[in-house]
Amino acid sequence: MPYSDKVVDHFENPRNVGSFAKDDTDVGTGIVGAPECGDVMKLQLKIVGDRIVDAKFKTFGCGSAIASSSYVTELVKGKTLAEAQDIKNVQIVEELALPPVKIHCSVLAEDAIKAAIADYRKRQDAEVGDPAAARS
Amino acid sequence: MQHDMIYMDNNATTRTDPRVVEAMLPWFTEKYGNAHSRNHAFGWEAEEAVETARASVAKAIGAEAREIIFTSGATESNNLAIKGVAEFLADKGNHLITSTIEHKCVSDSMKALERSGRQVTFIGVDREGRIDLAALEAAITDKTILISIMAANNEIGTVQDLAAIGKLCKSRGVLFHTDAAQLVGKQPIDVEALGIDLLSMSAHKIYGPKGVGALYIRRAKPRVRLVAQIDGGGQERGLRSGTLNVTGIVGFGKALEIAVAEMPNERARLRSLRDRFLTRIRERLDHIHLNGSLENRIEGNLNISFAFVEGESLLMSLKEVAVSSGSACTSSTLEPSHVMRAIGVGEELAHTSIRFGIGRFNTEAEVDRVVDMLADKVSRLREMSPLYEMVKDGVDLQSVKWSPH
Ligand SMILES: Cc1ncc(COP(=O)(O)O)c(C=O)c1O
Ligand code: FES
Repeated sequence: MPYSDKVVDHFENPRNVGSFAKDDTDVGTGIVGAPECGDVMKLQLKIVGDRIVDAKFKTFGCGSAIASSSYVTELVKGKTLAEAQDIKNVQIVEELALPPVKIHCSVLAEDAIKAAIADYRKRQDAEVGDPAAARS
Repeated sequence: MQHDMIYMDNNATTRTDPRVVEAMLPWFTEKYGNAHSRNHAFGWEAEEAVETARASVAKAIGAEAREIIFTSGATESNNLAIKGVAEFLADKGNHLITSTIEHKCVSDSMKALERSGRQVTFIGVDREGRIDLAALEAAITDKTILISIMAANNEIGTVQDLAAIGKLCKSRGVLFHTDAAQLVGKQPIDVEALGIDLLSMSAHKIYGPKGVGALYIRRAKPRVRLVAQIDGGGQERGLRSGTLNVTGIVGFGKALEIAVAEMPNERARLRSLRDRFLTRIRERLDHIHLNGSLENRIEGNLNISFAFVEGESLLMSLKEVAVSSGSACTSSTLEPSHVMRAIGVGEELAHTSIRFGIGRFNTEAEVDRVVDMLADKVSRLREMSPLYEMVKDGVDLQSVKWSPH
């Protein structure tokens, strides 16, 4: 299957591969997909105030899935949570010129952003609402 | 094309051996007669060449020349054998049996028959890909007319116990067809000793040209009869009309002669290359699984799952190597391999499987280079894999609640 130059570039030089400590309160972690589907994405966002200051990913999946997550880490950096929440998979499809069979890889990346934000919010709520959780 | 690439996909197709090409060349430009032209020397020499090739093909499988008809390949041979027998024996029975790991040209022929009112039973296989013989026996009814079980599998290389299947078929009076596209020319096969009634072959899997193959049809004990699926000039005893592909047939005959003559040495050489591959990759990487059977296997085939690394991404990394994957992500339908499913490899491992087809033109140096690249690329992708990270952190992946989509 021919890949677009951008997919190849992100695949060969993936941006922001790695992990933040999961328990940091300023980190939101989204893990989406399933091994039996052939794709699992882990996206982590480091958030200060209302803004994403850093992002890291690890992905088990095809080249397009890896490229989508790599691109997303660049895309979200500097965005507010509300802006990141609004990112749509078509943006990823267009940037990477993904073929139709690979659209679900971009959907997964969109889901990963939402899951990471949701995780971050949950932690913040837990911290505010449940002092015991904040201490532990 | 990229000639510095290493071709290691010899179960998909093979390079035509230069000796085969050489044998074919005159039949394009000098001896271009139609083998069915009875009134001039062009026709006679073409016919003679076809008959020489027919004898070589027959000899390679322990058959007689008149039991061989030439086709365009194993796909056509399988279609003809299965549909042709079903049609001819329509009055005798309407039940056929096959396995769950057949090539699509067999399973889809069977499904076509189902649509036209026949009953088909698909027999499962064990973890190594071998047919459950007890289930096969139990599936036979007095309406069963044909059992079609492949000789060697194209994805995992598993070789079936053909003798046992042949014996069973004989004892129950059922015809036995085998798709031997992946076995003929690689391991000995004898239709008499194994009780095979119909056998499909293809030239391009054994260093012959693409687009030519043959079907063996037993002539005695029992005499097998079929209904032709292509009508026309009545060539090949009326079973396969169409002007014979003389050039291709000459190449097929030559390819089989070479394969048979070199078989003992080549088997030993491929086996040592395969063992070297496996030993070395196991030294370099953990969490790898060999799919299929080590013993009952065509020598050149290796099918390995590299856990936590999705197959397509691995293929994409292995730019300098031509191999293939059972991962769903490489197929246009996003369906994972039916063979992986049939042998009970979990979906998550099926996504990580790569097929290596080591062949006649691969060298020890190439094997070493592929192993080096593999170890390198798998390690790199595992560094990127959330699954590998979780396993290293002691997480049991089975216990995680995933979000399948
Ligand atoms: C087991 C098996 N059967 C049938 C075929 C089809 O053969 P052909 O390409 O000659 O039609 C193949 C190869 O693709 C094969 O591996
Ligand atoms: S992860 Fe399977 S197609 Fe992208």
